[in-house]
Amino acid sequence: MRIFDPHIHMTSRTTDDYEAMYAAGVRAVVEPAFWLGQPRTSPASFFDYFDALLGWEPFRAAQYGIAHHCTIALNPKEANDPRCTPVLDDLPRYLVKDGVVAVGEIGYDSMTPAEDHALAVQLQLAAEHGLPAMVHTPHRDKLTGLRRTIDVVRESALATDRVLLDHLNETTVREAKDSGAWLGFSVYPDTKMDEDRMVAILDEYGPEKVLVNSAADWGKSDPLKTRKVADAMLKAGFDEDAVDLVLWRNPVAFYGLSGRLDLDPTAPEALHEGNSILRGGE
Amino acid sequence: MIPRAELDARLGGAARAWLDEALAEAAHTAERPVTGYGTAPWELRFASAGRHLGADAVDEARVLLLRTARVDAPTATRIYQQGTAAERRAVLLALPDLGLDAAAGVPLVEDALRANDTRLVAAAVGPYAAAHLDPHAWRHAVLKCLFTGVSVDAVASLRERAHGDAELARMLGDYAKERTAAARPVPDDLHRVLALTGAEES
Ligand SMILES: [Zn+2]
Repeated sequence: MRIFDPHIHMTSRTTDDYEAMYAAGVRAVVEPAFWLGQPRTSPASFFDYFDALLGWEPFRAAQYGIAHHCTIALNPKEANDPRCTPVLDDLPRYLVKDGVVAVGEIGYDSMTPAEDHALAVQLQLAAEHGLPAMVHTPHRDKLTGLRRTIDVVRESALATDRVLLDHLNETTVREAKDSGAWLGFSVYPDTKMDEDRMVAILDEYGPEKVLVNSAADWGKSDPLKTRKVADAMLKAGFDEDAVDLVLWRNPVAFYGLSGRLDLDPTAPEALHEGNSILRGGE
Repeated sequence: MIPRAELDARLGGAARAWLDEALAEAAHTAERPVTGYGTAPWELRFASAGRHLGADAVDEARVLLLRTARVDAPTATRIYQQGTAAERRAVLLALPDLGLDAAAGVPLVEDALRANDTRLVAAAVGPYAAAHLDPHAWRHAVLKCLFTGVSVDAVASLRERAHGDAELARMLGDYAKERTAAARPVPDDLHRVLALTGAEES
């Protein structure tokens, strides 16, 4: 089984996770730029973060046989902090990089005017750079947030079928599907979706344009949720082709819209004994 | 640096045409530098070379772009500092061809040698490092290769610089003892470099 986790924050995860993910079948990940739990106070710390998503993190992933790409953006939460908004001006120099396969995570957190502005600006940047957009839908007041998101996407220069609406659930999937966007579901312990609810949604709405992710990060989360959904799908009677569509071909098709997906992780020579990660304390 | 014909042989027709255009833009910038705001068009090509040319040719193509644009020290430094790991690697590989003095080039080499990304470490220990690193920094670079599993084949002028270097021999001997005390194997490359210093193995 081959698995593509289209939304996981590996910067916050350990090499044990990479090892377990590989063993579970994960061969590719996309790491969206998001907030770090702790507020950042200047654009420079975003740039160091973006540089890590384009440098050290893909190197780490490659050592475990996993292809790593990223999405770059000013996230909705920090779009509200005037100390961080100048990041928007520097995004173009990141959006041309190999390895950047979408603009994201963008979208709404609290639905403020500052978030309106950042979302509109970044959808325009996606259109200008030939990139799709990965849009986070809010956790609070979710359906209103989804509707407002779809409206802003429709008014933007970016075609709706180049947008992934993420963190969907039973209350938002219908309208999201009708919009023509790609449909993302984050399967998380305790919050967001779980495996069985995910299977029920796949049953009702079909696997077309559906992407399932673990959204694993620094919170209580599980980087193997993608595999657990695949197993739950098989148990519920989906065939292997449907599993491959949801867990591999759909994310490849969506991020492939960038023309920048390279799924052959070229692991550097040093793999075991001299591994520079194993010698992390050096 | 490989000849252009050999690089072309690795590329399809569309990629060759893309590289031709990119090099023409780089040559144009070399004649008329972009002033004020805005990025020179060849720099956008430099950033996007991976997806247009593929992994087999991208290092060489980026080096060729840097040489053709005849980047000066501030530009090389900016491109390195704002680059992905792959772009930084290209700047390091191009250093011997860019005519940068030690004040400009050595900080980039030192930055790469602080990294644990073996692609950067391997690119940092080329001819520019051989020519410009002081003995202390150069010895640590060799040791870093042994620590991170970068083959010392990557170290330029290894034979010449290691020859008669008693301090390097001491460092290697100490490292071998540390490995042995921890019941870990001593890398083959360590014996190789130690032999090049001319010191006897203790
Ligand atoms: Zn996320």
